[in-house]
Amino acid sequence: MTRPTEDDKLIIAGRAFGSRLLTGTGKFGQPEQLRAALAASGTEIVTVAVRRVDLNDPADRTLTAIDRDRYLLLPNTSGARDAIEAVRIAKIAAAIVGHRWVKLEVTPEPDYLLPDPVATLQAARELVAQGFTVLPYMNADPILARHLEEAGCATLMPLASPIGSNRGLRTADLIRIIIEQAHVPVVVDAGLGAPSHAAAALELGADAVLVNTAIATAADPVGMAEAFALAVVAGRRAFLAGLPARGDRASASSPLVGRLGQVAP
Amino acid sequence: MRIVLNGEPREVEATHSLEQLVRELGMTLQGAALVLNGEVIDRGEFGRTALRDGDAVEVVRLVGGG
Repeated sequence: MTRPTEDDKLIIAGRAFGSRLLTGTGKFGQPEQLRAALAASGTEIVTVAVRRVDLNDPADRTLTAIDRDRYLLLPNTSGARDAIEAVRIAKIAAAIVGHRWVKLEVTPEPDYLLPDPVATLQAARELVAQGFTVLPYMNADPILARHLEEAGCATLMPLASPIGSNRGLRTADLIRIIIEQAHVPVVVDAGLGAPSHAAAALELGADAVLVNTAIATAADPVGMAEAFALAVVAGRRAFLAGLPARGDRASASSPLVGRLGQVAP
Repeated sequence: MRIVLNGEPREVEATHSLEQLVRELGMTLQGAALVLNGEVIDRGEFGRTALRDGDAVEVVRLVGGG
C-alpha cells in the first residue's frame, strides 16, 4: 500500500470512521464466529435488531461477543411495518444502547422486504425532530433521497437489490444519480452478495456499504469478512484514483509504430 | 388480574408492580428493556409503576440483525 489513506475517513453526523464497511450481525452461528468475522471485517459500525426476549430461554449469547467500546452499535427498526412502529422501536432501542443513532427501516411487505418510501420519510422526520441520527434504508430513488436529506437524515442507504438476495448492484444507474446529488454519505445497503459487488459500489463513489448475509452465510464467514474489507479498500482507492474513460473499440496499449516486419509504404 | 407478557396472557397478583413482575420472572434485565403499553419504562421507575388489568408488557433486547 503506497498511498496512505489514514485521513480518508468516513464522516457520518460529524463522527469519523476509519472503515467504509458496515457489518450486520444477523444469521451468524456461534458468538465466537461473529466476533472473529467482525474483527476480520475491520468494521466500526455494526447493526443489531430489537426483539422480544424468549422468556423460556432468556440467555441469548449472540451479542455478548460484541465489544461495545470497539464498535458503534447501530440498532435497526426491522420488523416495523409503518412509521409509528418504526419510531416506537427506535425509542426502545435508544433506551437499550444509550444513544440515538438508528438505522431506519420500514418494510411492510414480506416477500421482497422493500422499504415503504412514504412511511420511511414520515418516520425520518419524526425521529430527526426527536434528536435521532437517522440512517434510512431506502429505495434507490434520487427524488426520495432528496426528501430524506431535506428531512435531516445523516446518510442515505439505497438498496442494491432485495435484502439477503445476494443479487448485487442492480440499481447502479440510480445510485449513481443519488451519489451525484447527495450532500450526506451514501451507504449502499442490502443485496451485495460478493466482494466484487461492494468494490463496484465504492468505485461508483458510494461512501460505504453495509453487508450482512454475504458474510454470515459464507462457508467461511471470517474469510469472507476479510475479502469484503479488501474489496471496500480497493473500490475506494479506485474511486479516488479516478477510473479511466470507457470506449466501444480497442485502444492498443502497445505502440503501433516500429512493429517487427513492418514495411515502409 | 391478567396481563399480556410478550404476547402471552399471564395471571399476576393485582397488587403487582413492574419490579415484582421482573423478580417473578427471575431475570437480570441486563441489556434488556421493559416496554409497558408501547412505552419504555426506566429501570428506576419499576417499583413505582403499578400493573393494571389488561396491560401489555414486553421484555425486549438486542439480537443479531442487518
